[in-house]
Parts: sequence; structure tokens; C-alpha cells
Amino acid sequence: MGPRHDTHETRAAYWLCVPSLLLMLLLLILPTLAVGALSLTDAELGSSSYNFLGLSAYSDLLADRRFIRAFKNTAIYVGLVTPASVFLGLMLALLIEAEDSLRSFFRSVFFLPVVALVVAMASVWQYLMHPTFGPINLLLNAMGLPSVNWLGSSDNVLPALAIIGVWQAMGFNMVLFLAGLTGINSDLYAAAEMDGARSRWSRFWTVTWPMLGPTTLFVLTITVINAVKVFETVATLTQGGPAKASEVLLWTIYQEGFVFLHIGTASAMAVVFIVVLLTLLLIQTRLLERQVHYS
Amino acid sequence: MIVHSSPLMRATRLVLMACGAVVVLFPFVFMVSTSLKPQSEVFSSGLALIPQKWAFVENYTKALTRIPMLRILWNGAVVCAAIVLFQVLFALPCAYALAKLRFRGREWIFGMVMLGLLVPIHAISIPLYAAARSMYLLNTLAILIIPFTLSVFAIFLFRQFIKTIPDDLILAARSDGLGESAIVWRIILPNAWPSASAFAIFSVVAHWNDLYWPLISVSKTHLATPPLGLLFFRAAEVGDDYGALMAATVLITAPLVLFFLFAQRLFIEGMTMSGLKG
Repeated sequence: MGPRHDTHETRAAYWLCVPSLLLMLLLLILPTLAVGALSLTDAELGSSSYNFLGLSAYSDLLADRRFIRAFKNTAIYVGLVTPASVFLGLMLALLIEAEDSLRSFFRSVFFLPVVALVVAMASVWQYLMHPTFGPINLLLNAMGLPSVNWLGSSDNVLPALAIIGVWQAMGFNMVLFLAGLTGINSDLYAAAEMDGARSRWSRFWTVTWPMLGPTTLFVLTITVINAVKVFETVATLTQGGPAKASEVLLWTIYQEGFVFLHIGTASAMAVVFIVVLLTLLLIQTRLLERQVHYS
Repeated sequence: MIVHSSPLMRATRLVLMACGAVVVLFPFVFMVSTSLKPQSEVFSSGLALIPQKWAFVENYTKALTRIPMLRILWNGAVVCAAIVLFQVLFALPCAYALAKLRFRGREWIFGMVMLGLLVPIHAISIPLYAAARSMYLLNTLAILIIPFTLSVFAIFLFRQFIKTIPDDLILAARSDGLGESAIVWRIILPNAWPSASAFAIFSVVAHWNDLYWPLISVSKTHLATPPLGLLFFRAAEVGDDYGALMAATVLITAPLVLFFLFAQRLFIEGMTMSGLKG
């Protein structure tokens, strides 16, 4: 193919990419740069004058008790949701994988929360967790246990939100693990059995677990990233309360920017938020590179 | 996997899965049950699932009239459909160029796509809001769609898939005289259908659920999408009228759940594929 063909191909490629590139510029690149620029000012929504402050918004964040609280709470929430929903997702996948006749029934049941509207299901959980007539407390009472003030006490609100988060996330993790399990070559199990891995337990540790390594890492990352973005349940049920005990990053950014209209501060928070996500992905890439690939 | 299950083993497994299913379905069961109960029974009936006095008509009438429920569901459908349509329309040609054409700047564009994957709408909502406000686009259906018309994730996903389409197919189309853009819509789209439908499902689930951007850009009830509409419903509600609230959640949850029950395989495969490639 001569150079003439190459120019033709190049021109065609540019035409195909131009609409996307234009939108990427308008909807992604310029707004990202604008967030960075706004974070260096004391701009407020609705007023056109602003002062350039440099990096002081960022040093203010370090002393901003509300932001620190949000950061901590988000970390706690992620710390509660991630291990539980990854572990339960894996368990459900292993149980379903071993089953043949009722497999698709259970798979659909466990997947159902993924397609149910989060805000709606949060409202349902609010009823289930109601301190006096909520079915969960009635069940606890029936078993002789005391009622728990789930969403109304600052000690319980994050675990309560995490229960909803786990309920929502485990079905998605399950189907990802199922995809990982089908990718494992069944010869490996035969080989492991010949090598003396006779029990189900030892076959799991010699074959399944190491082969699932990349899937597990991926599921971990996607769960952490989704949990960092927790917003819907907080906005619907607690609005950051009680006493700021469920103040999480996105809720704080939303309030700072769109309720208090401090867009300079909110932009600095948004930049921190992007940096958090970036760090998580870098960690994942690093771990992936270090991992031994069996396949 | 090779399984030699003993009956006892299988029974244990089934019991475990049944317990899991009960826990997962628990909220759905109470949602439907409570939506049928009058307010007095919500407080007093304890764990009984079947109401003594049915309040179906009362609760669902409230759910349909306190907010313009059907309008809100329609808004959700229009917004999601438009978003998916634009996303495929813009992403597919770009993905094809990145996957199959050789041109200067290709790596650079792909690098931007990868960087774009890192920036969620939440982080850039402030400048997007300011721009929308200055263009008088707030409180329109259009503003619920515009920020999502470009999906870098769609470009990434489609590029991965198009790479697996054999070059011969494209060369044959070219020698038949098809231009590059005709190749995208007449050759690539039919062949990329599995990944396009997988992405469509992923995108609809994401945008049907999204609360953050509608909460910021729309404040009129008749323009709300389902999540925002439910927040308006909750705000308009007096006291603990859980019967009506559960009726509203049933109506708002039903469309996607029914769609899922009719197309389970498509849904699960779609979400898995989009999940794994992302």
C-alpha cells in the first residue's frame, strides 16, 4: 500500500473521530481543567468576582473538619462494603457453579438487587430498618434480641448503609466471579486430583483460588471504586446525618458546591476525589503487573 | 468443574443458597406487601405479609398522583434511550478508527480515552452546571442527556470488540466500494451487536439509577427522572406514610426489574461483559 492510501486512511480516521473528540473536549477535558482552575480561586456560584488564592483551598481542606470527617467515613464505608461483598460474591458464585439444575434461578435471584433502582430500594431499607415497626427489629425482638436504631444513631449509620451497599453489590460481584470460574480449564482440576488434591477444599486452594487471582483483583477494584462513589443512599436516607456521622465525599462535594455555592472549595474537593480514584487504579495496575499469570 | 456431589453436599448447598435467596428477596417481599397495607397496619401488623384490609387502590392512587409518576417514568425512558443512542452513534466510529485504521495521533487519542475513564461526572459537575446555566439549559430534558452523549467507556469497550473482527471482512467491504463510514454502520455495527447490546444494558442501568446529575440540573417535578422523582415524592409526603411510599417504589422499580426478568441472560451477560472489559 502506497502513501496515497495512507493519507486517505488518515483522513477517514480523523472524520470518524472528530465528533467524539469534540465532545470529549467539551464534556470532559475542558470541565476537568476548569475544576482544576476553580480550585485555585474563591469563586462562588452566582457572583462573577473572584480572587486567585493559589493552593490555599487545599491546605484549608486539611483543616476542614467536615471534609476530614467525610474522608474518614467514606474510608470506613469502603472498608465495610468491600470485604463483605467480595467474599459473599465469591461464595455465591462457588455455590451456584457447583449446582446445575437450579443454577439460573438462583443466579437471577441474587442479581435482582443490581437492577433495582437504588433510591427506591434505599427507601425500602429505611422501612425495614425503622426503629419501632421495621421488620428487621421485629425479627430481632422475636429472637429475643433488643431493637437496633439503625439509621438514626451515629454509631450504627455507616454499618447500616454498608448493609444496603453489600446487598446491592454482591450480585454483581457474583456474576463477575462466575465469568472468572468458567474461564478455568477443567483439565487443571483433573491434574490437581492426580497430584493428590482429593478434597474439594484442597482443589479450591490449589486451582480455583490462584486461577481466580486476576478476577478477584478486578472485582476488588471495581467494588472499592463503586463504594467510594456512595451517594444515592446517603442523599435519600441520612443527608450526612445524624451529627455528620454519614457525611461522605460525594455528599460533601454536592453540598459545598450546590447548596452552599462555594465552588472554589467544592472544586478542590473534586480534585482530591479524582486523585483518590486515580490512586486506586494505579494500585490495581501495579498489583496486576506483579501478578503471576497462569493462563 | 468436575463435581462428584454427595446428596448431603448438594442439600447443604441448596439450603445455603435458599437462605441467601431469602435475605436477598426480603426487601422486595416487604416492599410489595407494605404497598398493599393501610397506614394503621404498617405500624401494627408486625411481620404479617398479607394485609387484613387491602389499601391497594388508596396507596397506588397516592403514588400515581402526588407526583406525576407516569411522566417521570417516561422521562427516565426517554433520557436513557437518548443517552444510549448518542453514545453508540458517537463512540462506534471512533472505536472503529482506533481499532482498525492506522493514522497519526491514534495512540494519543487512545491515551485520552483511557484518561477520560478516570473522570466521573461527579467530579466535573460544577463547570458543567455553570455552562448549562449560562446557556439556559437547566430544567430541560436535554441537559439530562447532553453530558452523557460521549462515553469514553463505550469507545474503549467497542474498540476491544472491533479488534476481534477479522480484517478480511473490512478489506472485502472496501473492495466492494464501501466508504469508511458505510463500513462502520453496515459492517461493524451488525458484527459488534453483542458488545453494543451489552453496553446498552450497562448504560441504561447506570443512567436509570443516576441521582447526582438530575438532582443538580433539574428542580421541576415534571422533568424528574425516576430517582429524583422518588426524592420529590418523599419530600411531598407527610409523616410515615410507608404504604404510599412503597407503592411508589414498586412503580419506579418495576420497569427495569420486569425488563430484567424477561431478558435475564442478556442482562447478566451484558453487565458481566461491560464489567470485565472496564
